[in-house]
Amino acid sequence: MLTVEEKLEIDKAIHEVPVKKAACIEALKVVQQKRRWVSDESLKDIAAYMDMSPEELDSVATFYNLIFRRPVGRHIILICDSISCYVMGQEKLTDLITKQLGIRYGQTTLDGRYTFLPNPCLGTCDHAPALMIDNDLYRDVTAEQLEEILGKYA
Amino acid sequence: MEKPLTQHMRGDGAPLSLKEYERAGGYQALRKALKEMEPKAITALVKESNLRGRGGAGFLTGMKWSFVPMNVPKPKYLICNADEMEPGTFKDRILLEQTPHQLIEGMILAAYAIQADQSYVFLRWAYKLAAKVITQAIEEAYAAGYLGKNILGSGFDLDMHLHTGVGRYMCGEETALLNSLEGKRATPRAKPPFPQISGLFGKPTIVNNVETLCCIPHIVNRGTDWFKNLSPGADAGTKIYGVSGKVKKPGAWELPMTVTVRELIEEYAGGMQDGLKFRGALPGGASTDFLVEEHLDVRMDYTGVAAAGSRLGTGTMIILDDHTSVVGFVRNLEHFFAQESCGFCTPCREGLPWIEKVLRTIEIGEGKPEDIKTLEFHTKYLGPGNTFCALAPGAMEPLQSALKYFRKDFEELIRHKISA
Repeated sequence: MLTVEEKLEIDKAIHEVPVKKAACIEALKVVQQKRRWVSDESLKDIAAYMDMSPEELDSVATFYNLIFRRPVGRHIILICDSISCYVMGQEKLTDLITKQLGIRYGQTTLDGRYTFLPNPCLGTCDHAPALMIDNDLYRDVTAEQLEEILGKYA
Repeated sequence: MEKPLTQHMRGDGAPLSLKEYERAGGYQALRKALKEMEPKAITALVKESNLRGRGGAGFLTGMKWSFVPMNVPKPKYLICNADEMEPGTFKDRILLEQTPHQLIEGMILAAYAIQADQSYVFLRWAYKLAAKVITQAIEEAYAAGYLGKNILGSGFDLDMHLHTGVGRYMCGEETALLNSLEGKRATPRAKPPFPQISGLFGKPTIVNNVETLCCIPHIVNRGTDWFKNLSPGADAGTKIYGVSGKVKKPGAWELPMTVTVRELIEEYAGGMQDGLKFRGALPGGASTDFLVEEHLDVRMDYTGVAAAGSRLGTGTMIILDDHTSVVGFVRNLEHFFAQESCGFCTPCREGLPWIEKVLRTIEIGEGKPEDIKTLEFHTKYLGPGNTFCALAPGAMEPLQSALKYFRKDFEELIRHKISA
């Protein structure tokens, strides 16, 4: 079931576009923002609300990197794994995060605190390597800073 | 040296407010255009200015606009492509974060030229600060009467929306971007029809890059001769160049399009880091061919870089140094393209992961001599004309040039069965 609040926000997005279906990505974003990820059940509810089949909506949802169709932790670590960050030592940072948190790409810590994902170029290549945690961008990240940065997210 | 796009930036990274932008001459071009110029005159002016698209393809902007039918019912759309996701590219971020009103003014002028009544900024998800800045700037522009109904008493109406994407490189391709805005998978569309005729929701649509649109107010204000003279070479206007990789001072600079590869690396980026040597550079993002030492004096304009066998692309250069594995470098690029392929056409969907796998095998010292042939086959098979859009041909550019210039690096790993 979509909540009243979710429906209101989705309605706002529908109002902005000439064809209802065009707001379906916004609808996925609204629900993900409230529930962190889009479960099969949520997907069915959104699809019904958007007059789409769940299959059609899922084809859209699974196309995009940042719509999560599996449960994620409270905080999402997105490490930039594209070329400038690679040159500047991203793979070592990736290994270090895996070591510190015990999770590889796509995994969530057992306490549900972090999910670790690679992300294509974050567009801050003059300050590589870079990573984002939730909405915060970290640039020129060094191995020494990693523990402190991760510690900010409870 | 004039720097129209960046000269008024505050220097502290904060956005120019509406007041600050107006004090620097902002929105004067819009006033002038709405008062004195017919829409067609603006298109003619931009055509005459020789402005070429700064998103990577380099198509003539005025020419693109001129294909939009003028006497058709509304809606028509103007879209700013701010889905900057080409690896190694970070130039639009600067414009979005620091001079939002310059972009908005450029968008209003472009919309007026093609008589669009709806406009969108298609922004990538990761640009959180830009989203905040653009949202506020759009609100300010509405409040000041630069957006909405009857703009500055001219009778011209324009609405502007911010759309934040959910992450996919394909969204940077203009027809895929339109599909995404329509709530679909971001796969490219067949052309024709071109978006100018049948774009968003089947209506006439123009999609322009951030940097391209930011040039428009200056062209309207200062004229075509001034714009052409910004770069004494073959191309017009300035360009925001960037350098990343192991140089002393990575960064971005607005420069005339006469700067050479050497000047960018040595004068602006401070040269290579101590103890490292330059081996090559991708001049304009991940999907451009390598330039090597013999190209250091090549001019970074469309014709200069093309004559050297590559493309200016986005103008943001990624440096390959002598301590970084060539095979690892190229494998990283092909991993990106394999992951971001939309999967719509077979050569791209199947070919790119195959290439990535072969490169990985060579990188870990398990390559076979025939692997190079497999890679070479793909550079042809995924080349221009064999795929539905430009993603795979773009992905082949760094690979084919790496095999040309750095073949020994591949061969040595294979021969000695050593990992990179």
